[in-house]
Amino acid sequence: MKLRTSHYLIISFLAAFTYFYSKDGLVATSVLYTAIQFALPLALAAMVGVMCERTGVVNIGIEGTMLISAFTAFFAGAILKNTVQGMLVGVFTGAMMGLLLALMAVNWKMDQIIAGVIINILAAGITSFYYRQNYSIPSTLDPIDLPVIGAWPILGPVLSFHGPITYFGIFFILGLWFALYKTSWGLRSRAVGEHPSSADTAGVSVSRLRYLNVTAAGAVGGLAGSYLALEAVGIFERGFTAGKGFTALAIMIFGRWNPLGALAAALFFGLTQAVTNQLMIDEVVEIPPQFINMLPYILTIVVLAISAGKVRPPAAEGIPYEKEKS
Amino acid sequence: MDAKQGKKLDFSPILVPLLSILVALSFGGILIFIQGINPLSAYRVLFTTAFGSFDGIAITLAKATPLILSGLAVAICLRAGLFNIGAQGQLISGALASAWAGYTFVGLPALVHIPLALIFGAFFGALVALVAAVLKAYRGVHEVITTIMLNSIVIALSDYLTSNPFKEPDQPLTRTPKIQESARMPDLLGLPLGFFLAIGISITLWWIMRNTTTGFSIETIGRNKNAGWYAGISVKKTIMLSMLIGGAVAGVAGAVETLSIIGRFEPAFNAGLGFDGITVALLGRANPLGVIPAAILIGGMRASGSTMQFEVGVAPELVDLLLALILFFVTAPLLAKFFKNRKENVAMTSGWSN
Repeated sequence: MKLRTSHYLIISFLAAFTYFYSKDGLVATSVLYTAIQFALPLALAAMVGVMCERTGVVNIGIEGTMLISAFTAFFAGAILKNTVQGMLVGVFTGAMMGLLLALMAVNWKMDQIIAGVIINILAAGITSFYYRQNYSIPSTLDPIDLPVIGAWPILGPVLSFHGPITYFGIFFILGLWFALYKTSWGLRSRAVGEHPSSADTAGVSVSRLRYLNVTAAGAVGGLAGSYLALEAVGIFERGFTAGKGFTALAIMIFGRWNPLGALAAALFFGLTQAVTNQLMIDEVVEIPPQFINMLPYILTIVVLAISAGKVRPPAAEGIPYEKEKS
Repeated sequence: MDAKQGKKLDFSPILVPLLSILVALSFGGILIFIQGINPLSAYRVLFTTAFGSFDGIAITLAKATPLILSGLAVAICLRAGLFNIGAQGQLISGALASAWAGYTFVGLPALVHIPLALIFGAFFGALVALVAAVLKAYRGVHEVITTIMLNSIVIALSDYLTSNPFKEPDQPLTRTPKIQESARMPDLLGLPLGFFLAIGISITLWWIMRNTTTGFSIETIGRNKNAGWYAGISVKKTIMLSMLIGGAVAGVAGAVETLSIIGRFEPAFNAGLGFDGITVALLGRANPLGVIPAAILIGGMRASGSTMQFEVGVAPELVDLLLALILFFVTAPLLAKFFKNRKENVAMTSGWSN
């Protein structure tokens, strides 16, 4: 059973954490703190995938959406000298990319994989053509010191002092889970993703819902891009999303198209990366930096190879909906 | 579609790409204009440098050579309903392997050494594709994600290899030693030999797709997996085969670049060739012969991008933007609709589930 595997994972994680915490508490908590930082953009990007695919639209353009949003967020923030306004521009850009995907996938009924690749290539082209050096944002988004939780032992330093997008992102993921499984919007969305003609018969407008969800998902992708540029590092480089949008798709599949599952999978990815980084800093093991860089990509392939065949995507995914003519 | 058309000739396979190039160029022209530069003079420099003289054409064709091959690597897979975004990684793997074969074997005659190095390139290109092919055929993992992840893995791995075991001794740069003279691909009639090789491979693949059962299996699986399965075609084998052909061709693209242009392997020197292959393949309508003119056009733009910056001051990244726009317009059915009432959009790839 899947449940047992996850139990083993949690128990071994707690055991390992206790061991490391007893050796060096500061390092152990800082590894967990970094794990959350690594995990958040992946988790948010995976939500883009969940929102699109649950309504039956494959979104392989998450990478490009994040890249171009990070670009506009950064340069708007730098030009307006206001990080928050930069973030809003980033979110808006993401929504526009979502709208573009919806246009290609829903209206033009294009092959959705190719539509997504076009978004990626367009984003790479635009960002590299308009990229300029010597711009900087006034400051990254200020981290928030959580009032009560921040004083807790062990958990305090792990959970507190993240940026605003991190906290918003976590609440958004929980909210998305609730909305997807407990509200009529969620039920309709899932119905459109599984069996659009039944949803249509029941009076749900398939194309309108797909438009809405794909555009909203784009805005979330824009938030993930803004996080990278404005909260995590405070810079923009050509192609600096570095495949996170694709890793996010693996995380979505690993999390079985469920927001909470994807969040857990993203935390697992983040933790692996944080631990490897720490091992490299401590020079415990001598690993060439190139192999450290490879880790998330190899992990993505391994995770997909394991979970493929065991998980089932939404049934109507990738298929343009044609209303039956009577 | 065939029945409706009757005897009328169908020009849209040529007209749609041409028109999308024109629309993309006008869009790009607006963007150049906004930067305060006359777009017409920018384009004049771009195209006269690329196609205006014999030397220019020779450089263009040399640039087009790896693009024809990487375009083929994407096109053959598209025919089988697979989207091979991994041409970049396969190409780098082939480039590094052929460089290794080029500098390691000493004392071979050129007639042995060049083919050997090319075979090394093809083999290691196919090896990278094999990972994605096996995962797709036997585990159902979507090839788009695996090939992209493999791109990053191969780039990191080649960087490691060229900075450690394969590094040129006593040199600060991360690069392999120079290949032996016997592995250098010569020019023919002032044009690179690799260009003729690429044309030869295009024609061979076109012939295979048209006239052999292998080609027929690939086409059938690409159109309808279930139909192919009912007809007794092994879907798994066909997926493996087309991915391996794609990987091998991409590997040869890298090998040709190493053996005739660069002369060694340097990590950053092959950047983008595989990704341009996607644009080449879609612009050439996934036709093994169609990729040739597409690659020559894109090769010409790539070759003269830096001259354009030098003479009119437009950043060479404009070419990236133009290619993205071309790709957008050539795949968007918007333009095709002007020509005919083509309703069906042939889905060239498939969702996760297949």
